[in-house]
Amino acid sequence: MEHEVIICFEVHAELSTRTKLFCGCRNEPGAPPNVHVCPVCTGQPGALPVLNRRAVESCVRAGLALDCEINADARFARKNYFYPDLPKGYQISQYERPFCENGCLEIDGDDGRPYPVGIRRIHLEEDAGKLVHGAESFEEADFSLVDFNRASVPLIEIVADHTRNPLRSVREARAFLEKMRQLLRYTGVSDCSMEKGQLRCDVNVSVRPSGAAEYGHRAEIKNMASFRSVTEALEHEIERQSALLRSGKPVVQETRLFDEERRVTLPMRSKEDAPDYRYFPDPDLVEVRLDREAVEAVRRAMPELPDRRVDRLVSRLGIPRDEAAVLTRDRAVSDFFDRCTPFCEDPARLSRWVIKDLFRLLNQAGLEPADCPFGPEAFSRLVNLVAAGEVTEQAARGVLDDMFRTGKPPDVLVEEKGVRSIRDDETLERMVDEVLVEHPEVAAKVRSGRKEPINFLVGMVMRKSSGRADAGRVRELLETKL
Amino acid sequence: MSLCDESAVTLARRLRTGGISSRELTESVLERIEAREPDLNAFVTVTRDRALEAADRADRRFREGQAVPPLNGLPVAVKDNLCTRGVPTTCAARILQSYVPPYDATVVERLKRQGAVILGKTNLDQFGMGSSTENSVFGPTRNPHDPDVVPGGSSGGSAAALAAGETVLALGTDTGGSIRLPAAYCGVVGVKPTYGRVSRYGLVSYASSLDQVGAMGRRVEDCALLLGAICGRDPRDSTSADVPVPDFTDGLERGVRGLRIGLPGEYFVEGLDPGIRASVREAVALLEREGAEIREVSLPHTRYAISAYYLIATAEASSNLARFDGVRYGFRASSRGDDLLGMYEATRSEGFSREVKRRIILGSYVLSAGYYDAYYLKAQKVRRLVKEDFDRVFETVDCLAAPVSPCLPFRLGEKMDDPLQMYLVDVYTAPLNMSGLPGLSLPCGRVQGLPVGLQLIGRAFDEAVLLRAACAYQQAAGGSDGP
Repeated sequence: MEHEVIICFEVHAELSTRTKLFCGCRNEPGAPPNVHVCPVCTGQPGALPVLNRRAVESCVRAGLALDCEINADARFARKNYFYPDLPKGYQISQYERPFCENGCLEIDGDDGRPYPVGIRRIHLEEDAGKLVHGAESFEEADFSLVDFNRASVPLIEIVADHTRNPLRSVREARAFLEKMRQLLRYTGVSDCSMEKGQLRCDVNVSVRPSGAAEYGHRAEIKNMASFRSVTEALEHEIERQSALLRSGKPVVQETRLFDEERRVTLPMRSKEDAPDYRYFPDPDLVEVRLDREAVEAVRRAMPELPDRRVDRLVSRLGIPRDEAAVLTRDRAVSDFFDRCTPFCEDPARLSRWVIKDLFRLLNQAGLEPADCPFGPEAFSRLVNLVAAGEVTEQAARGVLDDMFRTGKPPDVLVEEKGVRSIRDDETLERMVDEVLVEHPEVAAKVRSGRKEPINFLVGMVMRKSSGRADAGRVRELLETKL
Repeated sequence: MSLCDESAVTLARRLRTGGISSRELTESVLERIEAREPDLNAFVTVTRDRALEAADRADRRFREGQAVPPLNGLPVAVKDNLCTRGVPTTCAARILQSYVPPYDATVVERLKRQGAVILGKTNLDQFGMGSSTENSVFGPTRNPHDPDVVPGGSSGGSAAALAAGETVLALGTDTGGSIRLPAAYCGVVGVKPTYGRVSRYGLVSYASSLDQVGAMGRRVEDCALLLGAICGRDPRDSTSADVPVPDFTDGLERGVRGLRIGLPGEYFVEGLDPGIRASVREAVALLEREGAEIREVSLPHTRYAISAYYLIATAEASSNLARFDGVRYGFRASSRGDDLLGMYEATRSEGFSREVKRRIILGSYVLSAGYYDAYYLKAQKVRRLVKEDFDRVFETVDCLAAPVSPCLPFRLGEKMDDPLQMYLVDVYTAPLNMSGLPGLSLPCGRVQGLPVGLQLIGRAFDEAVLLRAACAYQQAAGGSDGP
C-alpha cells in the first residue's frame, strides 16, 4: 500500500541580539554559568520586563524574509507552566497577534518545480534557563543546577502551515530546514548553530494511504539536535505510521521524543495529557505598535536574499545556476564575491576561483571571508593575472597560498617567486629542443604515431620552466617539432 | 504632642529652619514604635540602625546647606511588598520570609535619593490579598483607634503606623482598595494614583494591571509631598506613563469654588452602613457650602465591577505567584518528598496562606482552557464598560465623592471565615483600579467612635484636583482627628 506524507515544522531560532529580550543582560552563549543574570531574568519578586526593540526588528526581518504580513498591534502573552529552568513560572511568548503571519518559504519541490511552503506565524518569545544535572538524566540525579544565562534570551518560533503546501517528503523537509537556516543567517536574525542549540525544531508528521480524502492523526516529534536527527526521526516516524496503517491499526495523536541514542521516536505524552498553558495577555507589557514606516525601515535595511542573488549572478554575470547557488549559500562568501566583481574582468573564472580555491583555504584555516588576510581587490587581481595568461593556474594557486599566509599583494608575490609566465616562443622553443635531446626514445615513439607519450614531454618542459610555461602552447610547439 | 505626631509639612519646615534635627525626629518616631508595637504590630521589620544613619546623613545635608530635597530627613514607613535592597521583603508570607532582595524598588530608590529616612517595613495581608491585615504570617495588625477592630487592608501596617505616630509618612499599595480602605479605617489620608503614574518596578506583583503604589499621611498636604517624590515615568516599568508630574503641593489651598463634584447613585445603595452614608453626605454638604457644585450622576455598571475585579485580579495573581516555587529563593518545604512535583506541592502548600491559595486556584480556573472566554474575557468586557461609565460622567463633573467602605471597621476575626463578605468590602474601591483612575481617601468624621472615610475619585492623571478638594474639606472640617 502506497502512503502520502504531511510534514509540518515548528522551528525555534535563538536571535543573535547583543542583549536579552526583556533586560539589559548580555546574550552570550557559552559564557560561564550565571554571569549574565539580573533581577529581571532570574524572576526576582517585583522585577518587570522591558522589551528589547532590536529583537522585535529581528523578528520582523525574519517575517519579511518569509513573505509574512506584519501585525501593526502585536502583543505578548504568558505561557504558564512550572519547571526549574523557568524562573517566573511562565514564559513570555505570543499567542494571539504574533508579529508575523501568513508567509511562505519557497523550496525546490520533489517534482522539480518551485514549491512555496506555507508559514502560519512567527512569534517572539524568551528562552528558559538551562539545567545541569548531577547525573546522566534528571530522574537519576541527586541534584540539578540551573544556569540562567540563557533565561530570557530572545527566540523566534516559526510555525509552518499544514494547510498550505505542506512538506511531502523527507527530502523536502531537509530542503525546507536548509533554506530556513540560510535565510535566518542571511538576515542576521540567528547564527542557527544546531550544535549550540540556537536552532531547534519540533515536527508534526501525518501519513495516509495515497488518494485518501482525510489525513490521519498526527504525531509531534520533539528533541532533535541535528539535521541528521531530523532526517532519521522523520524516516523512522513515517515508517512507524505506515506500518500501523498497513496492519489496519490507528495512529494515535501524541507527542513523541526522538531518542538520540537509539535513533527512534518514543511516546512522550498523549493528546489527553497535553498541558493547559493558560495563555493570557501579559499585563506587564504594553501593546507593540509597529506602523508601516517602522516596517518599511526594516525592509529597506534588509540584505538581498539568496534567490535574488542567484538570479542576478546568472543573468548579469553569466555564472552557471548551480555555481551561483553554491556561491550564495553563505552570505559572507556571496558578499565577498560581490565585492570582487567590480575589479574582475572574468566573473565566471572568479566564481570558480572562489568556489574551489578560496573555499579550500578558508576551510583549512577555519576562517570566515571577513577574516581573510587579503581583500577582494587583491583576489580579483590574481584572477585577472590568470585570465590574461600572466600566471598559470598552477602558479597562481601557489601565489594565493602565499597571499593567504603573508597578506602580500599578488603582483609582489609573482615577482618574488619568479612565476610570471614565459610568454616568448623563443625561450619556450629552446626548452622544447632541450627536452627532445634529453629524451630521444620518447620523441621517437611520438614520431612513430603514438599520442600519449607527448604528455610526458609536456611535463618535462613544464618542469624545466618551473611551471611558468603555458602547457597548451608547449604542446603546440612539441607537435610542430615532431 | 510629640514630634512624631506632627504633620510632615510642618516637620519639613522645622527641619529646614534648624529648629529640630532629623535625628531627634527619627528617635522620637523610634521611641513611639517601641512603645506601641507590642499592641499594634504595624511593622514587620524596623531598621533602626539604618534609619538613624540616614537621619544623620540628612542632617549633614542640611548643615552643608546644599539644595536639599523636600523629603530630606523625614521618616517614611514602607509596605513590605516593596523591595528594599539588603532588607527582608516578605509580603507577610512564609514563602518569602527569608527573602532579601538584591535591589531597591524604584519608589524606594527615589525616597532614598530624596533623603527620606526609611524606618522599616509594614505589615500587610499576604501579597496584598485581603482587606483587614489579618492575613499575615506575622499576625494581625490592630487598629490604633480600637485594638479589637481591624485597621483595614492590605496596607493596614502603614495606616496603623501613621495613626499611632509610629511614622510621619508611609508608602502603601492599592490593587482593589488597599491604600484607601486602611486609610479610612485608621483615620488617615491615602492616595491611590492613576495607573502608570508611579513605577511598579520592585513592587511584588499581585495583579499587574491593577496594582499601584501610593502615598499615605496624616494630612492631605503630607500626601501631596510624598506623592510628588514617587511619581514619574520609569524606563524599567513598561506600563509607567510618560506624563508630566505637577508640583502637587502647589495650589492645594485654592479651594473648591466652582468645582463640579458628582455623587454616583450606585455608591449609596443598599448594603451601605447608614452612619457612613450620613457622614459622607455631610462631608459633601460641607464641600457644597465651600462653593462646590454637587451633581447626582450614574455609573450603571458599578454592580458588576467587584465580580469582574475578582476574576481579573485572581487570574493575574495565579500567574504572578507562580515564581514562588522554592527553586531560587525564599522558603522550600523540608517535607518535600522525592521528586520535583512533590517539592513544588509541599513548598506552595506550606508557603502560602489559605486566602492566597484560594485566589491562585480561582485564578487558574479563570484562565483554564474552556473557561477563559466565559470568565477572563467577559471580565475584561465588564472592565471596559466600568471605565466607559467613568469617562462619561467626567464629561460633566471634575471629580466624584463616595464612601470608601460600605461598612465600619469590623472586629478582628469577624470576616475571616467568610471570604465573600471580605471581598465585598472592596465594592466601592475596586472599580477605580479596574479603570486605572486616581482615588483619595480622607477622614470625614466618626461613627460609633470609629473613623469613616470619604473617597474622592478623579480623571486619569488628575490627582491634583483630588488633593485640592480634600484639602478644602480638611480645612473646613477643622483640626486633626487623632486616636
